[in-house]
Amino acid sequence: MRWINNWASFGLGIFLSVPLALSGQAAQSLQPPTSAPAMPPAPMAPHAAPRFAVLLDAAHGGSDTGARLTATFLEKDLTLDLSNRLRSMLNARGMPVITTRLSDAMLPPSSRAEIANRTPFAACILIHATATGSGVHLYTSSLAPSAPVKFLPWQTAQSAYVTQSLKLSSDIDSALAHAEIPVTLGRTSLQPMDSFACPAVAVEIAPLQAGGSTKARPVSDESYQREILEALAAAIDQWRNDWGQQP
Amino acid sequence: MISRARRILFAFLVIAVVTMSAILIRLRERAQDRLHIVHDSAPLIESAESAPQSVTLVIPDDLDGSLRTVQRSQSLPPDDSTKARVLLETLIEAFHDPHSTHPIAANAETQANAAESVSDASARIDDVFLMPVPRGAAATNSGTLAVVDLSAAFAASHPSGIEPETLTLLSILGTLHANIPAITQVHFLIDGHPAETLAGHADLTRTYLTTDIATGTPQS
Repeated sequence: MRWINNWASFGLGIFLSVPLALSGQAAQSLQPPTSAPAMPPAPMAPHAAPRFAVLLDAAHGGSDTGARLTATFLEKDLTLDLSNRLRSMLNARGMPVITTRLSDAMLPPSSRAEIANRTPFAACILIHATATGSGVHLYTSSLAPSAPVKFLPWQTAQSAYVTQSLKLSSDIDSALAHAEIPVTLGRTSLQPMDSFACPAVAVEIAPLQAGGSTKARPVSDESYQREILEALAAAIDQWRNDWGQQP
Repeated sequence: MISRARRILFAFLVIAVVTMSAILIRLRERAQDRLHIVHDSAPLIESAESAPQSVTLVIPDDLDGSLRTVQRSQSLPPDDSTKARVLLETLIEAFHDPHSTHPIAANAETQANAAESVSDASARIDDVFLMPVPRGAAATNSGTLAVVDLSAAFAASHPSGIEPETLTLLSILGTLHANIPAITQVHFLIDGHPAETLAGHADLTRTYLTTDIATGTPQS
């Protein structure tokens, strides 16, 4: 019966805009930030252009600490900080942003997917960090692309958006390359990304390893983080143009 | 007064119950014997008599997210299930090499756990079971499903992150498929139980196709 419940909540969430039950913390984080520009009223005309909105998902939180980046630095803390800073950058560029969490709260993958699927987001960015590898790892879903249909299976909803996710990943890759930050592109099976019904990319920040012309920089390096966030903001801005030109 | 027919029927049912119980007990004993044989006689150490053969290990590189194949000469047991377990033990042994490009338990958070797990090779892979792919379970119903039971110690010592966890799964898929092509699907357990993730990221709730290595291979 679980899949029936999933389909039902997905259908309700997407097509009937029925509010879904969320924990208090998650519900609070659904509110647009106060610094965000006033959003235009919801379009009433049936053929109105869809609004460009971005979802930022700061991975982990609460008892789910994620990776231990250093002895005292946890992935959940860095992802929350990066999410808040990127939200401010995007707001400054006039883009409405919704974040899955605003504080150190535990949020299960299903609740994150509910938030992502309640509104048709133009871009969903999952923010992660790790202590291994080098540069930024961009991961999209390994699900096989499928044609969009009215009702999507909850566990594999991302399959209808894989093609768009790859284009979004390409825009982020270009922006990071422009900032001279090494990028690794890959496909993976990751919850809640596979349940997201939006173009989705997982951005995993790793320390920068020393190379030919680069010096080692830890993930805690403020300037390193800022360069990555500025590249991400530029990429999402570019994606807004690409997204607006889609049929 | 109970009729004679009912008494006969009751006696017949009692005999049937006793007979079936005896059969079930015997079948259970046989199944336990088979399991004991597999556990006790599985030659995890190279047999001196078996000739070394070329095996392919798929080794990840964390720096560029790539996978490369490495050929090794190694003696393997004839049984596919035990062979798969030996291959994965060898693969994980390579991860623990001091010069590994995909080090496991190399960072500060896991060194203590790693010291324990490295000392005991059998702690990394609890077991590998092979079975025919269940009918109707996936688009491809042919081939063999490998159920890889990883130890909790291995999962605890694994670096947390999308890239390191994805690379580990892809290297296991690639190594199994390269040496035992009949394996087309792989499902992962941790200490015999289903787990949501390997170390907080890579999804272990799904069954992986060995062809996933083609779509999942990171590109730098």
